[in-house]
Amino acid sequence: MTFAVPNIVPAMPEIFILAMACAILILDLFLDDSNRHVGYLLTLATLVGAAVLTVRSFHHTAVYTFNHMFVADTLADVIDLAIYGMTFFVLVYSRRYLRERGMFRGEYFVLALFGVVGMMVMTSATHFLTLYLGLELLSLSQYAMVAFQRDSSLATEAAMKYFVLGALASGMLLYGMSMLYGVTGSLDIGVVRQKIEAMSHGNVVLIFGLVFIVVGLAFKLGAVPFHMWIPDVYQGAPTAVTLYIGTMPKLAVFAMIIRLLVGGLQGLSASWQEMFMIMAVLSMALGNLIAIAQTNIKRMLAYSTISHMGFFLLGIVSAGPAGYGAAMFYMLVYASMSLGGFGMVILLSRAGFEADTLDDFRGLNQRSPWHAFIMLLLMFSMAGVPPTAGFYAKLLVFQAIISAGYVWLAVVGVLLSVVGAFYYLRVIKLMYFDAPVDSSPIRVDADLQLMMGINGLAMIAVTPWVGALVNLCSQAIRSIS
Amino acid sequence: MTFLQFMFYFFSAVLVFAATMVITIRNPVKAALFLVLAFFSAAGLWVLLEAEFLAITLVLVYVGAVMVLFLFVVMMLDVNLVRLREGFGEYLPIGGTVAVLMVLEMSIILGSRHFGLNRFPVPPGHSAGFSNTRELGLQLYTVYVYPFEIAALILLVAIIAAIALTMRKRPRTKHQDPGQQVRVRHEDRVRIVKMIAEKKG
Repeated sequence: MTFAVPNIVPAMPEIFILAMACAILILDLFLDDSNRHVGYLLTLATLVGAAVLTVRSFHHTAVYTFNHMFVADTLADVIDLAIYGMTFFVLVYSRRYLRERGMFRGEYFVLALFGVVGMMVMTSATHFLTLYLGLELLSLSQYAMVAFQRDSSLATEAAMKYFVLGALASGMLLYGMSMLYGVTGSLDIGVVRQKIEAMSHGNVVLIFGLVFIVVGLAFKLGAVPFHMWIPDVYQGAPTAVTLYIGTMPKLAVFAMIIRLLVGGLQGLSASWQEMFMIMAVLSMALGNLIAIAQTNIKRMLAYSTISHMGFFLLGIVSAGPAGYGAAMFYMLVYASMSLGGFGMVILLSRAGFEADTLDDFRGLNQRSPWHAFIMLLLMFSMAGVPPTAGFYAKLLVFQAIISAGYVWLAVVGVLLSVVGAFYYLRVIKLMYFDAPVDSSPIRVDADLQLMMGINGLAMIAVTPWVGALVNLCSQAIRSIS
Repeated sequence: MTFLQFMFYFFSAVLVFAATMVITIRNPVKAALFLVLAFFSAAGLWVLLEAEFLAITLVLVYVGAVMVLFLFVVMMLDVNLVRLREGFGEYLPIGGTVAVLMVLEMSIILGSRHFGLNRFPVPPGHSAGFSNTRELGLQLYTVYVYPFEIAALILLVAIIAAIALTMRKRPRTKHQDPGQQVRVRHEDRVRIVKMIAEKKG
């Protein structure tokens, strides 16, 4: 048997982050507690380095390597870049929070970096096996991060729930993949696609496998009726970890959906379209309605996540390149809004105090007008008020679904987003028109202040470049189909 | 029924029985032992599929190492089973109904119509010197080197996570330092104090 050494150049960013994570792991052993920030700064440097590597080797055409198990294309590069950027923000946001809670340790950053590698493996996977392994690498890092504050019973409970349900979802996904393997005889997504196209329509086993795959994906996405873990985990996890699991992994799951369903199972689109349609309506309805009843802002944002996943799925349901592009844009905007929302909870928290109830936002305008304004922008964007980024995201998704011929879905979506506007606007009302409960001054470090400002203003400052971003998204989608 | 078919049904029946016992039996040690039986039967099935290397690895790794460790844990921990079983009877009717329905529905699809022998022809036999291990190794370290590396990474993350979550340094724990024990001098152990004899009162 001859063996050609695979070309590792397309996987350079992955290899770089992996090597740096291992180096930080070793280096951390030699640091004492006063020098922990060295590991933190190196982690940030790693993300910047990986971004430089990815930008320098930006792929306009797909390059396959490792026996067709790995692809570097526009989709992977764009999502990877978004992941680096958001991880950078997440780590800067959580620096003080981690330090005050004794979580500012090398292992935390190493786990965060390994999670990033897992996401990158997912975005570039063209093989069922690598897709699954990337997902497991990401999930395992996340479980550990949720449980990191091991003396908190809330965090431990959240980690346990997350672990059990996550394992169940992985099992579902694997079972579905094994069914597809049984029918097509291949694990390579490209080959699976060709085999399915050659097959007669309505092969029962294919649909059977598809059901399990969709269930697994919906679990990871948090779409109703597979959403039960989201509120508990988001609330129970330390806010810094909620910030991590609520942002980049959604982008990775998006890439996974595109690779699996569009790249591999486009031939079955009529079937998964229906499944996602039900989930989209349920997610939008349940997420928006239950969020109204929440008094804990982390829980409220968790239900808002569920509803956003519903809107996101509308783009996938429209099953066309325009819809996938809109869904990708939605996911990018959602991730940055979620980043800001949970970032604000971190910003208002301090040692021994979690600003995680709605009451903590009461009268924020009197305590700090600037932070209230940032939160206002984020909430407007989540509600989809023009001219924020969230408005364009919703608009594009609705456009896609209408041009796919599902006007009723768009109507349902618009009605439910009006319901959703209630609880976003309630936060704004609490901030601007109520008297503060706690009037202690807000102490914010310069780095957090700066990044939070960029994050909040981006919601509105991005307006002139929406077109360019959407173009980039559709270019990324074109690279796959 | 050929002997091979008989063996297949035998191992399958034992496997299903053992798996059911694992989750229903009250004694956790017995449950762990039934899991060993389940692994053994699965290994038997793999031998029938001519995957000898995997079968032996399953027995060596899972039965030999993982389950022994697991038994240790089960014996050391005083798990309160009554609390674990709370609500079992309450959820049994609905859970059981859903499970039976799922099994029935799945058996309709996974029956011989789609996975019968006519759909999957018998693979060609191997020549005399065929080595399972060699073939597996060749595939694993060449074609599947990328997934292999990621799997290694997952194990690394598991190690880091396990250590980060369980290693704790409590400042007040009482423990011995062998180095100090060895370096001890007799002056450290006994202190001779001179004092004036006291008067009998």
